[in-house]
Amino acid sequence: MDSMTLIAIASIITAGLTMAIGGIGPAIGEGRAVASALSSLAQQPDSAPTITRTLFVGLAMIESIAIYCFVVSMILIFANPFWSQAAATAAGV
Amino acid sequence: MHLSSDELVFWQYGFANLNLTIVTTWGLMLLMTAGAWLVTKNLNDDLHISRWQHVLEVTTLGIKAQIKEVGLSERQSRKYIAFIGTLFLFILVSNLLVIFPGYEPPTGSLSTTTALALCVFIAVPLFGIREQGLTGYLKSYMQPTIIMLPFNIISEISRTLALAIRLFGNVMSGGMIIAILLTITPLIFPLLLDVLHLLTGVVQAYIFSILATVYIAAATRGEGA
Repeated sequence: MDSMTLIAIASIITAGLTMAIGGIGPAIGEGRAVASALSSLAQQPDSAPTITRTLFVGLAMIESIAIYCFVVSMILIFANPFWSQAAATAAGV
Repeated sequence: MHLSSDELVFWQYGFANLNLTIVTTWGLMLLMTAGAWLVTKNLNDDLHISRWQHVLEVTTLGIKAQIKEVGLSERQSRKYIAFIGTLFLFILVSNLLVIFPGYEPPTGSLSTTTALALCVFIAVPLFGIREQGLTGYLKSYMQPTIIMLPFNIISEISRTLALAIRLFGNVMSGGMIIAILLTITPLIFPLLLDVLHLLTGVVQAYIFSILATVYIAAATRGEGA
């Protein structure tokens, strides 16, 4: 196998693993956040606007962890610096 | 498929280039400036005010109420509404205009969001120094003890990075998911995801500005308070 193939294999597998493993934590976190927000909504329906707003902000903060993983995997697939360098080297030869 | 609108270059001369992001950003700025000029051209304080003056008052007072809720005083919220409100409105308009086909949001490019985050990165110490003086602000890095000094500096840099990547990732992923869905199920699902993307855009604009407000509030708060 030449280095291009190795880089492609490593990048694709890593991109998948990044999304898979990186999705677990934020998924658990968002589930817990929504669950506790729902139980506090059931206990105090009067403060629904505050709870909902805080929930949305919190969800977006948790979600940004998953978004970081998504950005990394997108870079690995569409804008891989190692791939570009290997391609440049191969074109130079 | 391309990752951001930076890759569509119209004109290039050495280091400087003119890409779609810059063109869209300037278009947005022109649109918002012209809109603000048209609205504020004939303001009045009669009983009957124009439709757009209502929009202006609701937006401005809403942003100010949100800033005050974070913990800034009345005087401070008047002072910082220009900066925070501009950030919020720019990101909001930029994200909401995706309902027009062919429009690529400039916030979906890492260079725009990095520029916005750098504005916050520079503005927060400036506001802090103006409120508490240079030594007072520098002392806030040594809270609670001097051991925390490197961690405070790291947090200052990492939160700027997080601001930039959060906004970029959210807007970019929305556009990319719609592009992927268009190739798989082109009938209804892209529309639903588009609606979700609009909600994400509003929430992200809110989060970016509320985080900037929190950082400003933390930097301008005196030692005692």
